[in-house]
This record gives sequence, C-alpha cells and structure tokens, in this order.
Amino acid sequence: MSVNDYTRLGAAQIASSVRAGEASPADMIGASFKRAAEIGAGPDELNIFLHSDEKASIEEAEQMRPRIQNATDLGVLAGVPVAIKDNIASLGLPTTCGSKVLRGYVSPFEATAIARLRANGAIIVAKTNMDEFAMGSSTENSAFGPTRNPLDVRRVPGGSSGGSAAAVAAGITPIALGSETGGSVRQPAAFCGVVGVKPTYGRVSRYGLVAFASSLDQIGVLGRTVDDAALALETIAGFDAMDSTSSDADVPIYRLASLGKPAPEARNPDAQAMRIGRSPIPPPPLPGPTTLEGVVIGRPKEYFPESLDPDIRHRCDRALDRLRSMGATVRDISLPRSPLAIPVYYILAPAEASSNLARFDGVRYGLRVDPGKGLKAMYEATRSEGFGPEVTRRILLGTYVLSAGYYDAYYKKAQAVRTLIADDFRAVFASGVHAIFTPTTPTTAFPIGAISDPYEMYLNDIFTVTANLAGVPAMSVPIGRIRRLPVGGQIITAHFDEYAMFRVAYALEAGLGAEAHQ
Amino acid sequence: MTQSRYEMVVGLEVHVQLKTRTKAFCGCSADFGAPPNTNVCPVCLALPGALPVLNEHAVELAVRAAVGLGCRIDPVSIFARKNYFYPDLPKGYQISQFDQPLAVGGSVVVERSEKGTDLRIGITRLHMEEDAGKSIHDRYPGETAIDLNRAGVPLIEIVSEPDIRTSAGAGAYLRTLKQILQYLDVSDVSMEEGSLRVDANISVRPPGQGKLGTKTEVKNMNSFSAVEKALEAEFARQCELLDSGGNVEQQTLLWDGAKETVRPSRTKEGSHDYRYFPEPDLRPLVLDSKWVEHTRKDLPELPTAKKTRLATEYELSVVEVEQLTANPALAEYFEAAARASSDGKAAYNWVMGEVQVALRSSAEDIGHFRVRPADLAQLITLVRDGTISHTAAKRVFAQMAETGKPAAQIAADEGLVQVGDEGAIATWVDEVLDEHPEEAARYLAGEKKLQGVLVGFVMKKSKGRADPRRVNQLLSSRGG
Repeated sequence: MSVNDYTRLGAAQIASSVRAGEASPADMIGASFKRAAEIGAGPDELNIFLHSDEKASIEEAEQMRPRIQNATDLGVLAGVPVAIKDNIASLGLPTTCGSKVLRGYVSPFEATAIARLRANGAIIVAKTNMDEFAMGSSTENSAFGPTRNPLDVRRVPGGSSGGSAAAVAAGITPIALGSETGGSVRQPAAFCGVVGVKPTYGRVSRYGLVAFASSLDQIGVLGRTVDDAALALETIAGFDAMDSTSSDADVPIYRLASLGKPAPEARNPDAQAMRIGRSPIPPPPLPGPTTLEGVVIGRPKEYFPESLDPDIRHRCDRALDRLRSMGATVRDISLPRSPLAIPVYYILAPAEASSNLARFDGVRYGLRVDPGKGLKAMYEATRSEGFGPEVTRRILLGTYVLSAGYYDAYYKKAQAVRTLIADDFRAVFASGVHAIFTPTTPTTAFPIGAISDPYEMYLNDIFTVTANLAGVPAMSVPIGRIRRLPVGGQIITAHFDEYAMFRVAYALEAGLGAEAHQ
Repeated sequence: MTQSRYEMVVGLEVHVQLKTRTKAFCGCSADFGAPPNTNVCPVCLALPGALPVLNEHAVELAVRAAVGLGCRIDPVSIFARKNYFYPDLPKGYQISQFDQPLAVGGSVVVERSEKGTDLRIGITRLHMEEDAGKSIHDRYPGETAIDLNRAGVPLIEIVSEPDIRTSAGAGAYLRTLKQILQYLDVSDVSMEEGSLRVDANISVRPPGQGKLGTKTEVKNMNSFSAVEKALEAEFARQCELLDSGGNVEQQTLLWDGAKETVRPSRTKEGSHDYRYFPEPDLRPLVLDSKWVEHTRKDLPELPTAKKTRLATEYELSVVEVEQLTANPALAEYFEAAARASSDGKAAYNWVMGEVQVALRSSAEDIGHFRVRPADLAQLITLVRDGTISHTAAKRVFAQMAETGKPAAQIAADEGLVQVGDEGAIATWVDEVLDEHPEEAARYLAGEKKLQGVLVGFVMKKSKGRADPRRVNQLLSSRGG
C-alpha cells in the first residue's frame, strides 16, 4: 500500500503500514493535508476546518520516527490522521464550538477521547466546523459560516458534526470524532455517505466535550467504513474517572478482524437510576461474519410512516433484503412512544443547555463585551453578541421550561415520557430482537439555506433522537444513493451492545457491497 | 415594651465546610488562606468540557454529621443545579441538593443547665452542596476581584425547624450544634475562617397564634453573638413595624455589625428563580444501608453523653464537666490523664489549672501540647504517693512543659524528691532552730502559731524536699 492511495486507505491499513515501517507518519499527515488542499477544506471553499496547523501536525508525526526505529509499539492508530469536532477540548488547536463567544479559546486540558486517540498513535490534523454549540442539523448555525457537502457543494453536510462528516467523506481523514445530542453524528454521516456511530450513553467519556445537554451528549465516531468506525470506537471507549456518568462496563472488541473470539458479556444497565452493579443478561446468539443466521432485525412501523420518501423507503427495503439474504429474520415491531421524541427532546435538551451555557458569561474566558454600565449590562452584551440566534432561542426555551410554575408541566413531564420511550426499546430487545433497522433521516442532504423554519429543521432528527433519549447505541451506514445523494440506514441495539450493532453493520456493508453508494 | 406582645420565631440555616483535603468535585486543595486563584483547576474554574466527580470523603463526613444529628439518611439522594448568575459562581449554577436531600428529620437538644430544662430544636434537612468563590470589592478601586480558591469546597447546609423563640436560644442552639460538629470531627467550625456561616429566618407573631408571620432572612453575621444581636434588632424592627400598623415585607437583610442594625440587601433574593433541576453530570447518590449503619455505630461519643458519663465516672460537678467538654480534644486529654492516674479530681484540677495556663501562654493547641496525658498522670501519682510535694509538682510541671522530660526524671534531677528520712529532717529542724534562736525560743515557750513559720524555714532550707507532714510532726514533738 502506498501513500498515493491515501484517500482509499482505511485507518487500520494506515496504522499497519506505519507500524511495518512502509510509510512514515509524516507521509500520512502530509497526504491528509494535501487532500485537504486539493478538495478545498479551507474557509473560502468547503469550510470544513475551523483550525489546523499543518506544521505542528507534521512535527508531531516526525517525533514518532525514533519510536518507530526503536520498534516501540505506537498503537492501533499509529500515524492515522484524525479530525476532531470543535466542541471537544484539544491542546494546541483552539476549541470554539463554532461560536463567537469562544473565538480564539485554547483549552489548557485535553478531552479523554482525544488523549486516548493520541495514546494509540493518532495525529490530529484539524478541528472541524459545526453548528454553534452543536445546536443544529446542517452546520449552517456555525458562527464561522456553513460547511459545504463535499458530494454536492450547494448542499449541507448535515449537522451538527457536519465538518467531521465532510472531512471523512472528502477523504481528508479516515476517521473523525463528532458528538451527538440528538443525531448530530448519524445525520451528517447519512448526508455525506459515511459511517457514523453514537455509542451507548456512558460508553465514551464526556470529559472535555463541551456540554450541550449533559444527559444526552455523547462523543461519537465517523469513519469511511464500518471497520474505521469500530477501530476508532474501540480506542476511545471505556470508563474514565473524570466522568461520573461514564460506564465501567467492559469494552468488547468490535472489529471484524477479531471474529471467532467468544461474544462478550452484554450488560443491561438500569438506565433510570444509573446505579452501579448491573444484572448481566445473556449475550445475543450472534453467528460469524458471513452470516446473520438466527439474528432478528426489528423494523419499527413508526419509522416507516406512509409519508416516508419512497426512494428512502426503497433503499431501506433493499438493505433489509440484503440482511435477510444473509440469514437474518426481519420482524415488524412497534416503538409506540417514538412520535413523542421530538417534543420531549426540545424540552429536555434546551433545559440542560440553558444551564450548561451559563458559564459563558464574559468573566473568566472567551468573549467579553463590557459597555461599562455594570455587571448585568456586561452579561447581557457578552451573551447577546456571543451567541447566535439558534443558541439564544434554545437558552430562552430552556430557561422557560425550568422556571417556577412551568417545571412540572414541561421538564418533569418530558422526563416521564423519556422513560416511556426508553421502556419501548427495552421491551423490544427483551422480546428477542437483536437490532432495530430504520432510515437515518427522512430526506437526503438539502440545499444550503433551504430550511429556515426551526421546527422544520428539528424534524431532521425525528428518527435519530429516540436513541439519545433512550441512551441506546445507534449508527448510520450508507445504504445507497438517490440522485447521487447518499442515504443512511440506522442500526440500533440494546444498551452497551455495540458488539451486536457492529456485527450487523459489517454484514450489511458486505451484503450491499457497491450498492451502498448507488 | 411593645415587644412583649410578640413572640419571636426563628429558624436557622447553618452552612458548614466539611473537613476534606480536597474540594467537593475536583482534586484541588480545600485549604483556607492560599494566595488567590491558586487552588483551582478546569473543573472549579468551569472551563468548557470539565466535569464534576464527587469527593467520597465529603459524603462520609456529611453522613457522619447527619447521623450525629439524628437525621434519617435517604438511601438515594439527588444532586441538583441551582442556577443563578454571579461572577464568583463559575458554572453559573451551584451544585446542591433540592427535593431529595441527603438527610431529613433530626434534632439538637440544647441543654440549659441553670433552669434544668432541655430545649429540642428540630432539624428539617441536611444536604450537601459546594461553596462559591469570593468577590472582593475593596481591593481594587472601582473593580471587583474574584478569588475562586473557595469555589467547589464541600459544604453541608443544616436547616432547622422554626423552633427557636429567643435570641439566647439561637445562640445556645448554635453553640451546641458547633460542639456536636466538633465532636463528630466533620468541620473546623470556625466562623472567622468562614467554615461555619449562619443565615437566620425570623418572623414575629402574638404568642399563642399558630400561623407564622411573614419572615425575613438576615445574613452577614460573623459571630454567634452577632446572630443574637441581629435577631434582637430585627425582632424589634418587625414589632415596631406591626405596632405602627405596617406589614413585614419578605426580604433579605444584612446585619451591619458596626452600626448594630439590619439593612436591606441590594440583591432581591426573594425574586430569584433558581430553576433547580437534577444535575445530569452526577449519578444519583446511592448509599449502602450497611455502610450508613456502620457509620452510626462508629460515631464518636457526643457531648451530652460524654458529660453524663464523665460526671458519674470521675465524680465531677456539672460545671466541671461543662468546662472539660468545651472541646473534644480537651475532654480526651482529661480523660486519658484521669484514667492513667486513677484520680479524676486531680486530673481536673491540673487540666483546668496549670495545663490551661501553659496553653494560654504558649498559644498552643492541646493536641500538640508537650505534656502528654500519661506524663501528667505520672506527675499526679508522684504527688499522691508523697514522692514530691504539691509545690514542687508545679515546678516539675513547668519543666515538663518546657522540656518534655518525664516528671520523675525532672524531680530527681532538680533534687525535688521529698525526703521522708527522720535523720535528715531532724538535722534541718535543728539547724533552723539554731539559726532562728528568737523564734525558736518563743515557739518552745508555747507560741504554737509560730510553727508554720518554722516549717516554712525548714522547707526553704530543704529546697522543698522535706515532707511537710514529717516536719510538722517533729516540731510538735520538740515543742510538746
């Protein structure tokens, strides 16, 4: 494998050729920046990168050279270029969350997920564009301009992790980190034709992820292939003492390369109390990679409504056919409370956001606008100027639903419904379903500027947001194209059962073959 | 006095800093007095992406306090965010507990020994929370400085029932509470260092009326006596207001210690909507019932129990045990000395006498005092068995405090061991009679009152070593 094939190399291939001494990390980083320049990742073109420092990244790669010569194991991601969503705290490059309020802010500490990537040999090439504070589904809400979809520059890449999805789709990096609160990895993955994974809540440490809605936020991964995503998630997953909500459940190996090893013990956490000490449930009987014999795939009717775009329906049906042909049984199921997810989400997420974003007050860091008329005026001017309209809208919404007299009617009721939505998933998985299959999004990537009504924009998350509310893992894989625009299919499994999710994803990717991009 | 037509109704909110090495949700030192903004990290500075992790030791101390105050510990409690903007509150919210606190329903029994009646003050709730930082308004002209060393330090808030009826009762409650917390060893409980802070809720009503009047909240008291004075001042203000046909307005007032008055706070606390909701960054706090039970069993002896036991075991008066139990270290010192010497009365006299004097003059803490209880017990034993005189013992004690050497060694080195030997005493007596012929003649002639003077001469000559009983006996026999 040559560095000339860079854009076609998977993360595992890059790492193995670096570890074998066939290519140097600096070659790989150089190739990544070359690709970024070719395709126009800069602000005037696709606007994928918010911050990057080619010289520093190459230097970091060069520093690996003596360790390679000393035959030190550099890790499973040795020399792999990665892109990081700009709401994940990094050393060196700024962390601005796509917001004016954090323009130029450089974190003095690093997110656990990034530290784990680095510890395994990965090198950061860029911080990527995003909807401000991850609030949006198109990356149009960035204070630094929208990102364009590399597959069609007139269209959005999806969001909020639009920059990370675009970086992978454009072949700049094989893997990227994104973050999810209501579909912000899966939806852009679907729009850009890449794989996007939202792990179980608690699977990946949130330490260093700038909070939007803490009870829903989770760092996710984007990859060109299922294998890229599996490798990336394996690397960053696992308990972190710095995040009390991270799980101490064992992290199984997700990669196909490890097949033949016994299925790990799945655990069923009590998602409500999140108390330590879970009762183990027997692992689902998953067969080898080439067959899905005995695997039950649930097809929830609420995610295939009458109104569903016929082309999307067709790509989904084709994907289900491929799963069937590999031995899976497809069963019609119901997740009856799913239609309530959007209103529940738009109560809970803004409520938490209104509190999480209070720290951007102009006192300690970031933007300060001081009209010289006292403290209150400084707060108002800083926050009015620092936050864009969508962030402001959600802070106001969240402040309202938490205020005295409205708390019970909104926040408390929404929490109760959230529990019911999670119960739906639990019931389905308890009934013998191993994985749920749905479309990732109701549409393909839409043109920049096409959606101006916030509520219409919120409906983009209609199929993805339930997994965040329930805390279950979910991923989007490419299942075809409609008029050259990618379509994503969503696989959802039980809490901490990413293992089953990846097995179905590997099978689907293999079963579809070239159809995945047709 | 119009005030006699009203009854004071007071409930107190006491914030107590827990004695942990590190802060409630990060690893920063919780020490008092470090240079500004040195005990800080991404978590307590609320940098983007930082997350809180609960300090287990803080939970242990909070549970010990709750159990010691007779509270019921909830097996599951929830941390909540209390949202408000202030420059010394880095996150824009305080992590506290709201509708599911750590503990509810305890009480403090305030002993009022002079009347012999006990006063029971109910504890409504005890919850955990973190402290805010400090705003410093007087350091830089026209600017406010922020010190975040204190931000995130663990506190418990102890909320009493409105069971207090007098300012003296409030003071007695606070002193008792402070003493209990000292015995539980959960806090330094120092108002000077801010590790104990008190806010008072006060209302007035005609005696016998069941319904509570409109309350005000009084803050900014820096001592227990300031709390008492502030309550008196606010009581008077409310009474006058009602008598002149006015109404009490629910508000927050600040105590002005210099002017001894209350004045309205600039911020309208009453209008705040804190938008509490469960803290999503922390899991519910689930406490194992066996562990709580273990904490209950491991509880140190509390002041009331200790007083009763010391009084019976060592035959001490109420006043004496009151003095000895003023703080747990003193009581512990006393008891160790009393046990080792098997003489409670002597131990009491030494501890409240020479020991206190020595501690005061050296400004030492009894925990670090050079004379350990066992050393003191040895000294007490030396006096009791007649090895040294009481006068000599005081000199020995002074040396012990200075050098840390054992009593017996000092007594020997300094030649202070009493001489009971008849021959030696007889020699000293003879010498004294020879050297003071006039007094000797008068004494031998029957002037008995001179015996004391002569004993004094002998003691002086013997440098305190002569056993005064023997000297007396010998002189009597000569005179008789």
